[in-house]
Amino acid sequence: MSAEHLHDLTLTVNGVPHPVSVPARRLLSDALRHDIGLTGTHVGCEHGVCGCCTVLLDGQPVRSCLMFAVSARGHEITTVEGLAGPGGELNAVQRAFQECHGLQCGFCTPGFLMTVTALLAENPSPTEDEVVEGISGNLCRCTGYQNIVASVHRAAALMTDGAGEPRP
Amino acid sequence: MTAVTPLTMTERAANPAAAAEDRPIGFGRLQRKEDPRFIRGKGHYLDDVTLPGMLHGAMLRSPYAHARLISVDTSAALAHPGVHAVITGKDLEGLNLAWAPTLSADVMAILATDKVRFQGQEVAFVVADDRYAARDALELIDVEYDVLPPVVDARRALEPDAPVIRDDLEGRTDNHIFDWEAGDRAATDEVFARADVVVSQDMVYPRVHPAPMETCGAVADYDAVDGKLTLYETTQAPHAHRTLYALVAGIPEHKIRVVAPDIGGGFGNKVGIYPGYVCAVVGSIVTGRPVKWVEDRSENLMSTSFARDYLMHGEIAATRDGRILAVRTNVLADHGAFNATAQPTKYPAGFFHIFTGSYDLEAAHCTVTGVYTNKAPGGVAYACSFRVTEAVYLVERMVDVLAAELEMDPAELRLRNFIRPEQFPYANATGWEYDSGEYETAMRKALDMAGYDELRHEQAQARERGELMGIGIAFFTETVGAGPRKHMDIVGLGMGDGAELRVHPTGKAVVRLSVQTQGQGHETTFAQIVAEELGIPPEDIEVVHGDTDQTPFGLGTYGSRSTPVSGAAVSLVSRKVREKAKLIAGAMLEARPEDLEWEKGRWFVKGDPEQSKTVAEIAMAAHGTVALPEGVEGSLEAQITYDPPNLTFPFGAYICVVDIDPGTGVVKVRRFIAVDDCGTRINPMIIEGQIHGGLADGVGMALMEMIAFDEEGNCLGGSFMDYLIPTAMEVPDWETGHTVTPSPHHPIGAKGVGESATVGSPPAIVNAVVDALQPFGLRHVDMPCTPARVWAAMQGRPEPPV
Repeated sequence: MSAEHLHDLTLTVNGVPHPVSVPARRLLSDALRHDIGLTGTHVGCEHGVCGCCTVLLDGQPVRSCLMFAVSARGHEITTVEGLAGPGGELNAVQRAFQECHGLQCGFCTPGFLMTVTALLAENPSPTEDEVVEGISGNLCRCTGYQNIVASVHRAAALMTDGAGEPRP
Repeated sequence: MTAVTPLTMTERAANPAAAAEDRPIGFGRLQRKEDPRFIRGKGHYLDDVTLPGMLHGAMLRSPYAHARLISVDTSAALAHPGVHAVITGKDLEGLNLAWAPTLSADVMAILATDKVRFQGQEVAFVVADDRYAARDALELIDVEYDVLPPVVDARRALEPDAPVIRDDLEGRTDNHIFDWEAGDRAATDEVFARADVVVSQDMVYPRVHPAPMETCGAVADYDAVDGKLTLYETTQAPHAHRTLYALVAGIPEHKIRVVAPDIGGGFGNKVGIYPGYVCAVVGSIVTGRPVKWVEDRSENLMSTSFARDYLMHGEIAATRDGRILAVRTNVLADHGAFNATAQPTKYPAGFFHIFTGSYDLEAAHCTVTGVYTNKAPGGVAYACSFRVTEAVYLVERMVDVLAAELEMDPAELRLRNFIRPEQFPYANATGWEYDSGEYETAMRKALDMAGYDELRHEQAQARERGELMGIGIAFFTETVGAGPRKHMDIVGLGMGDGAELRVHPTGKAVVRLSVQTQGQGHETTFAQIVAEELGIPPEDIEVVHGDTDQTPFGLGTYGSRSTPVSGAAVSLVSRKVREKAKLIAGAMLEARPEDLEWEKGRWFVKGDPEQSKTVAEIAMAAHGTVALPEGVEGSLEAQITYDPPNLTFPFGAYICVVDIDPGTGVVKVRRFIAVDDCGTRINPMIIEGQIHGGLADGVGMALMEMIAFDEEGNCLGGSFMDYLIPTAMEVPDWETGHTVTPSPHHPIGAKGVGESATVGSPPAIVNAVVDALQPFGLRHVDMPCTPARVWAAMQGRPEPPV
């Protein structure tokens, strides 16, 4: 079997350009985690159901396990490592999850943080139904979702108070 | 007794945990120490481990449930340029590693040598440059199978013509594993013979899967020069694993270091040793480089430890006026292809004999028969472990079946039969000694929170309109915190836990645990226990766990045992430190130790509170130049190994309200009220979070989840598109409350809570579904209550799922 053809490209992650050399089939999740070393993006099912691997592509949530790294060329990718500000200050969603005990084992958490960051950027004051539907594409086995729902409302309140910016 | 009222939406949106300034120095709501790294994506999970020169493994698995292995040709795979090694069962035979002991005194295949016995069984292991190459090479392995008829239905496993699955075991001519019984058969039969009312019901607790969000994996790093194996693993029990590796693989125990990094959920799935872990070790030895193996989701669902799979026949005897006299049950337990269930040795059906529930019975008896089938092995945990979940489901369903027979309100029937507070410690009919309980108080609290009478009124009106509204009640008593070494061991290892506590010269501390968090928040809870005992702020206490080189021996985290066993160990080791601090404080204050009095954080002279020394001052003095009393060493530390005197018995009252769409059979959980009593509450925020999670588990099992098989033994639940777990859409807003009945034998009175809600919620939900379907004359519907199955029940076909 011949060696795979590699594609040289630059992935822009959290505003930083990362040159990578990857085969066409390399998943974006693997490129982020193993080529670039940003292991905050987790892989829970690799078939697009669990949402652990959610990242933002030009601000929109996508499943990085269902996307090839080469397809992300030319897009702005945001991962959980990019949510905090330059001085390390947490964004409103991160703060809210911490305050409201919106996480336990932490494995699904980055996916939820990305999904909710995008959700609130689009809808800064979602109703209960909108919150529940908004996070229904992410699975969590620990929290029973109640404190995650509370975290989303809390994040919305923090953002409304101006205490946190809907970054990015 | 204290209580909280259910929080409204507005209140929930506020911060439930104490912020830094008003944080508790001890028990209370406290934000978790783990969270800052998790919310920044800085957790360190197994697949985040990267070592220099690391290779990657992938597992070839059987497509058949039962087949003889004719040949395994690895030549094409070995020729793949990225492949470093291919390991087969034959290779492992040469190392005496093709088979390994299970946690239940059986053996299991690491890689198949003679037959494959379930779909997804491990056949060969490839080590390659990366995961992609390793998976490519799997396609190049040519395996010839001779397909055999499988045993899929456990009910047929003992038929004379059933294929013998375990012909590897010498002299084995059938698929029988064990028969076990508890209670007094004759006494129970006698009570049943004279009872006014006897009702019986068959019920299935289907096979389900813990399905933690992180799958299982390992990184093995064998250093051939000094003979040391460092093994990173997704394990709930690092010390037990290390000892087992030493015993099985022959690597000296001091040359094995097992490291459990952050674990992305366990729920029992990460108790056992999986073939992939062993193959990663062998791969590292063979290649001389670190080898990572991480299973994918299908591998996790198809091959790792399932839970339940109990086919139960329950009987309950009572007087006509509603006095429950006895419970009797026969169970057929499907253990899959290898008996790998993690149970204390004396209890092949775990703690199933807690099926007497929360009731004062005259007699009880159970028999459990375990059989092999061509399905994945395991049978551990998934909260709760040790078969408490099955037991509670059985008795709580039977009580409702009895209530229907007697035409009595199920709450009233329970209240009439509870063990009364003055009866504790209560010796039940199957050999347990329940430590403490205030059952009626918890039940009445749940009924109040639910507005039970109004709900029944609303239900009556709904029924008149043709609506299917159901109200389900379950009251559970668990037995957790295994356990006393005189009764309990796992593969010969006693179930105690060690703890080590050291106070540094400046008064900061490190506590080392033998248990392993998988999301329960041990770094916070255990710091709070030390803080409560010594007055050191929780943020000044480093909690070390998950590394066998850094922590004392103990059996790990499952069966809700961390707080009952290690929580006790940590409180007692803190008290040892406190007593030593007293001696040093006496020397510092020139007072006799018996003249000193403790207040959280300091020793002071009785009657002269100004004369005192804080723990930090004492710690500095201990390491300094103060003249120490005779026999006192110049440090402030202690260690302990705790052997619990008994198990603990958390309990709770759950009420579920469901609405069923009469047109589709869709069950919607509208409300769920959970009143839990786990004894002393260390961090109520963490407790409530664990209860929320367990309740969602219950919704999953009761309504959605099942690992099913077709007639050929193909697993039908091998992905998250087939094995459905609850999303935020399927769960209601949980309404939690609590009572506090401390355990009398636990140093801080804590009982453990991690599995309570998973145990208690399925019967509450199913009882609600059956109650909703009362207009159809149904007495029982088996889980999972999917729309199709509920619809079939409404059409008069309440079929079991297997």
